[in-house]
Amino acid sequence: MSLYSHSIQINTDRCAGRMRCMRTCPTQAIRVRSGKALMLEEKCIDCGECITACPNGAIVPLTNPFGELTKFRHTIAIPSPALYAQFGREILPDKILNGLKKIGFDDAFDQALTCGEISFAIQEYIRDYKGPKPLISNTCPVIVRLIQVRYPDLVDLLIPIDNPREIAAREIKKKKARQYGLNEKDIGAFYLTPCPSKMISIKQPAEKGKSHLDGAIAISDIYGPLLSAMEAVANESYRKSLENICILGIGWAMVGGICRTLRLRNSLSVSGLTDIIKVFDDIERGKLRNIDYIEAYSCLQGCVGGSLTVENVYISYNKILKLIETLEFEKIKACPDIREVRKRYQEKYFFMEGKIEVRPLKPLDDDLTRAIAKRKQKDDLYETLPKIDCGACGSPTCLTFAEDVVKGEAKLADCVIKSAGQELSAAAPGRKSRIPLKGKEPCNL
Amino acid sequence: MSGENVLSQSFEIIGGNFGRAGKASTTVKDILKELGIDPSIIRRTAIATYEAEMNVVMYAEKGEMTLRVTPEMVHLHLQDQGPGIPDIKLAMKEGYSTATPEMREMGFGAGMGLPNIKKNSDLFEISSEVGKGTRLEIVIYLNPKVKANP
Repeated sequence: MSLYSHSIQINTDRCAGRMRCMRTCPTQAIRVRSGKALMLEEKCIDCGECITACPNGAIVPLTNPFGELTKFRHTIAIPSPALYAQFGREILPDKILNGLKKIGFDDAFDQALTCGEISFAIQEYIRDYKGPKPLISNTCPVIVRLIQVRYPDLVDLLIPIDNPREIAAREIKKKKARQYGLNEKDIGAFYLTPCPSKMISIKQPAEKGKSHLDGAIAISDIYGPLLSAMEAVANESYRKSLENICILGIGWAMVGGICRTLRLRNSLSVSGLTDIIKVFDDIERGKLRNIDYIEAYSCLQGCVGGSLTVENVYISYNKILKLIETLEFEKIKACPDIREVRKRYQEKYFFMEGKIEVRPLKPLDDDLTRAIAKRKQKDDLYETLPKIDCGACGSPTCLTFAEDVVKGEAKLADCVIKSAGQELSAAAPGRKSRIPLKGKEPCNL
Repeated sequence: MSGENVLSQSFEIIGGNFGRAGKASTTVKDILKELGIDPSIIRRTAIATYEAEMNVVMYAEKGEMTLRVTPEMVHLHLQDQGPGIPDIKLAMKEGYSTATPEMREMGFGAGMGLPNIKKNSDLFEISSEVGKGTRLEIVIYLNPKVKANP
């Protein structure tokens, strides 16, 4: 049994060892050993980039199959607001929620309402907050994992207000249990997810023992059935459907959607891991202390860009944007009662149930003196490598290869260029001279 | 302070090169993470190295930062070739800055650079020769309780 569960699985039978996943992985968590991709569990943050990169479909998200609904006496769908962005402009959330009830769920809950409440709760929290800044959103599980693993010193900046899907599941289960006289255990709350990472925040939450959600179903898995089911849903009046949309919550599906609702003087919205890493590096240098709040999504453009969505990310982003514009134009501002939110905020209704712990990467060695020695060996070894990051050894870069060798996880002989005895310096003049291949190997642990 | 137990690495910093600014301090941070140094020490080192690096980028022609990690401490040495600081006491005052409007536009020049370095280090030494350059010596102990002699 491994320490960390993941929402991504590599099917070794289908893996052809083509290394695209290894080169794509933003945290260098994949190696190719004996021709098959291998995940380094400690380094993986469940972003799902590898799923899209694999040409053989060998990397699959571990979401729940639709069939699992039968395990519960009463089932509730809680769609990510990204689901609302998957269909044409005239199909509004009302219709989608009704469609969900036709494909097998007993109920469907509009999470946008909870998002709106949490926007207010975040405002409350930031207003009285005196600690170090910027605070960081915890909505995207990949960002939470990235911080736990690569930026452990930033973990206290993650805002302790729980995310909408957890609060929505907690409350709707309570309500339905009362309404139908059921035990909460008999009620299954399923998140309709745009990405595999939500699955992991359900199976292994970063901060508490157990999630309030019972599973996650991929938007791409229910898209087809839902589309057909909606044909049988009678159209409500357009105006009436608009009035049911929470203008604060609907934007949570896209980057900028949270900050828009917070009315802060200084906030940032970032998407895409490469850019997020740059921003987090800046935070570590103490550069962004004048920013109050950062919302960050691993997927480009936010949840609408998730790997388990169907519609083109720019089309879906635009649908949400236009919806907000329409609501503003029509002066429809349905949103939660702020007094009620403030009251519940005082009762700790919105706070996370536990503390997010760090899980920093294992150092080169637990003993600092030995770690220093290994780091020097790694540098020396790296200097002898071709530095072309060909990946043929099965490690993504020459630097990671050097690290793998020093840690005893790869053999120096795996470097085909060194083994072939090719003298690259002739082909690439100006490079530093290389240690002759037959000479003493700089390290072999 | 040399030999087996010391990791030593030098970084060249080019004055005026804002495109690469921050590279050295990022590398220092990554090295410390790889060694398993305590996150709070990494944070302090990251802030101190970044401020020091930016001072070279903003004011000097070029400079060199040398990192040395021993089982007891993180030691940083910075030497730049630049205008130097005529009045160190004044430069160390919080809020004092000679930053140009352009630098302020980029978020620098709040006059917190040197005071911030000092605040985040356990030992801090600065010396400067006008027209030649400035030298910084920074020590951050890994075990805050044991402040051994350097």
